[in-house]
Amino acid sequence: MSHIISILIENESGALSRVSGLFSARGYNIESLTVAATQDPTLSRMTLVTSGSDEIIEQITKQLNKLIDVVKLIDISEFTHIERELMMVKTRATNGGREEIKRLAEIFRGNILDVTPTTYIIEITGEKSKLDAFLHTVGEENIIEVVRSGTTGILRGERGLSV
Amino acid sequence: MELSGGEILVQCLIDEGVEYIFGYPGGAVLHIYDALFKQDKVKHILVRHEQGATHAADGYARSSGKPGVVLVTSGPGATNAVTGIATAHMDSIPMVILSGQVPMAVIGSDAFQEADIVGITRPCVKHNFLVKDVTKLAATIKQAFYLATTGRPGPVLVDVPKNLTDPRVKVPYEYPSSVSLRSYNPHVKGHRWQIKKAVDLLLAAKRPMFYTGGGIVLGEASAELTELTRLLGYPITNTLMGLGAYPGTDKQFVGMLGMHGTYEANMAMHECDVLFAAGARFDDRITGIIAEFCPYAKVIHIDVDPSSISKNVRVDIPIVGEVKLVLAEMLELIKASDKQPDAEALAEWWKQIDTWRGLDSLGFDRNADVIKPQYVVEQLWEMTHGDAYVTSDVGQHQMWAAQFYKFDKPRRWINSGGLGTMGFGLPAAIGTKLAFPDADVFCITGEASIQMCIQELATARQYRTGIKIVNLNNGYMGMVRQWQEFSYGSRYSQTYLETLPDFVKLAESYGHVGIRIDKRSDVRAALEEAYRQKDRTVFLDFHTDPTENVYPMIEAGKAHHDMRLAPGVNIDTELA
Ligand SMILES: Cc1cc2nc3c(=O)[nH]c(=O)nc-3n(C[C@H](O)[C@H](O)[C@H](O)COP(=O)(O)OP(=O)(O)OC[C@H]3O[C@@H](n4cnc5c(N)ncnc54)[C@H](O)[C@@H]3O)c2cc1C
Ligand SMILES: Cc1ncc(C[n+]2csc(CCOP(=O)(O)OP(=O)(O)O)c2C)c(N)n1
Ligand SMILES: [Mg+2]
Repeated sequence: MSHIISILIENESGALSRVSGLFSARGYNIESLTVAATQDPTLSRMTLVTSGSDEIIEQITKQLNKLIDVVKLIDISEFTHIERELMMVKTRATNGGREEIKRLAEIFRGNILDVTPTTYIIEITGEKSKLDAFLHTVGEENIIEVVRSGTTGILRGERGLSV
Repeated sequence: MELSGGEILVQCLIDEGVEYIFGYPGGAVLHIYDALFKQDKVKHILVRHEQGATHAADGYARSSGKPGVVLVTSGPGATNAVTGIATAHMDSIPMVILSGQVPMAVIGSDAFQEADIVGITRPCVKHNFLVKDVTKLAATIKQAFYLATTGRPGPVLVDVPKNLTDPRVKVPYEYPSSVSLRSYNPHVKGHRWQIKKAVDLLLAAKRPMFYTGGGIVLGEASAELTELTRLLGYPITNTLMGLGAYPGTDKQFVGMLGMHGTYEANMAMHECDVLFAAGARFDDRITGIIAEFCPYAKVIHIDVDPSSISKNVRVDIPIVGEVKLVLAEMLELIKASDKQPDAEALAEWWKQIDTWRGLDSLGFDRNADVIKPQYVVEQLWEMTHGDAYVTSDVGQHQMWAAQFYKFDKPRRWINSGGLGTMGFGLPAAIGTKLAFPDADVFCITGEASIQMCIQELATARQYRTGIKIVNLNNGYMGMVRQWQEFSYGSRYSQTYLETLPDFVKLAESYGHVGIRIDKRSDVRAALEEAYRQKDRTVFLDFHTDPTENVYPMIEAGKAHHDMRLAPGVNIDTELA
């Protein structure tokens, strides 16, 4: 099962490589990793999607916590949460396919960001599985390029991750 | 007070109470060396290779409990230090390494002697810093010492670009009196409820076993451990890193466990019903194959680092905390409890353990003409009344030192366990001798290992550190040769050292005393001779049996109760 680990980390140069280095050194999976500043300029927030047995996930969270730059973390997949990923897909849009792709984008609540006589760029936000489904539906042969942000997430309700 | 960056670094060390700094100069640290020159509080020990600096600082730290401090230049100076930093990291040794870096303006331009040492050392330090602002220098040094010495200790590197130490740029200096880091709170006290559960389980045990390690030494918890073990009357084993934390000559001590542990220690591990682990990390050298490790035991584990717990072996009662505090709390609870250990079960258990002990798994031929390496260590132990500081390198000699020198006190046994770094022993002995100038310091080494940092003989001469080198010279990389004998049909691929130096002349050329010993009957006299020469470094070159192996041995892929014993030791007949 995938786990989504949200991390508050000191906004220091090198902090990101401490995290990514830990994963490669210990042979853990990283499915995706996103990082950006928070309202507090001294902190960054990272969302890391990983997978492994319960034992491995336990080690991953312990090892992350051990990094001096890591201030706090939580495995949000253990609680009710919302997760989102943003994707931009450049598709072929010619002749008959053009209408069909537009219709699919609407069904998936996508936005068309760019239109040329032969292509669309479609933006879709949602859980990873929704984005996967969209790609599947559009079909490999119609896809020129895909850019995905990686998953980010947030806990539902009052609880949050803060210092 | 206004100081330059170079002066700030030195003043920080003085304010930290640093006695010695082990280092080697170069371009990027010239300003710092100039600041060192102008004072006499911190003594600089000039080594002959930066690896030697880190091992010497490490030996100083392991023996004294104080952090070791290192100063190296950028580029090759810093990369030479990496092996020693990784060695300290694997064994959780407190160390602060100051490395020079090229000026900030040229970082990233492949400048002369530039190396990304922060990147290179990231996986083998507890933490590291690249300082970019001279006004942050003092606070960073304070943090470095704080991180290195608290929680699970470890090496911390501070990389200092040359322009920050410029003597012309002076800034106000104040050494912070305290540190607090929002992202770092080493747990200290154990959870009361968990401790209570552990005590209940321990008191209910029928076949209890204590397994303790380097954490007892690092956490200064020897007294508490000894009291607890004696109070309960339970058997105890130590890891290679824990030797001396419980008196090695005590009857409750069943010897080291693991790959080259005693038969009784490993069997007791296998058969116990409650395993009490404290400050030990279930290394693969002690577990054998995990699936068959301690099959009947409920496991209690105390460690200050949560990531050590349930890493390799599932733990039933985890306790995160400083072992000294947790053990003290356990003692208190046990003394207040109306429960007692099950005396009858314990007597039965000891009877079983004594039967295993009867096998004498460390036995060797004491009457052989050729020098048995075990004999040398045993004689050394007798002669020094078990009270010397002993450093070691890596190989068979290290295991014999661990098996035959029975350490009764912590911090006397100084060796590289986790990384297993050949070359550690000699510089570590120098560091130890500097920490304890009046103590007897012996380095038990092998002819291959000693050559990896042999240049430090010059350092020993310069600072008149009268250490004694016990070279168990078997002409082979014995430990590797042993594996080749057992697992590769005695094909000794590249493990014979064809061109050995004449160690006697070598020692003499550095200004030391060298003695070669070929016969068993000369062993004791040579040791005594070295012992008498208190202020000289003496190199004892013992030519030992080249075919001797370390027993018992748990071979790769075997369980911890499945040991290979010395030829001639027969479990079925001797334990019948
Ligand atoms: C050739 C060779 C052969 C070897 N054979 C053996 C062998 O037969 N048997 C053997 O035992 N080893 C052997 N080793 C050593 C082995 O590789 C490991 O280094 C060793 O077993 C680890 O010891 P340890 O578990 O005590 O852990 P250490 O590395 O000493 O770790 C200490 C543990 O204590 C914790 N700790 C630190 N401070 C505190 C504190 N204040 N409070 C609480 N916890 C704390 C740390 O977090 C850590 O988990 C061998 C090494 C070599 C090179
Ligand atoms: C730096 C380094 N290189 C290689 C090894 C692998 N190794 C382990 S023991 C050993 C042989 C050591 O030989 P020696 O010092 O003569 O000791 P002996 O085993 O003969 O007592 C080697 C090569 C190591 N531990 N460290
Ligand atoms: Mg040898």
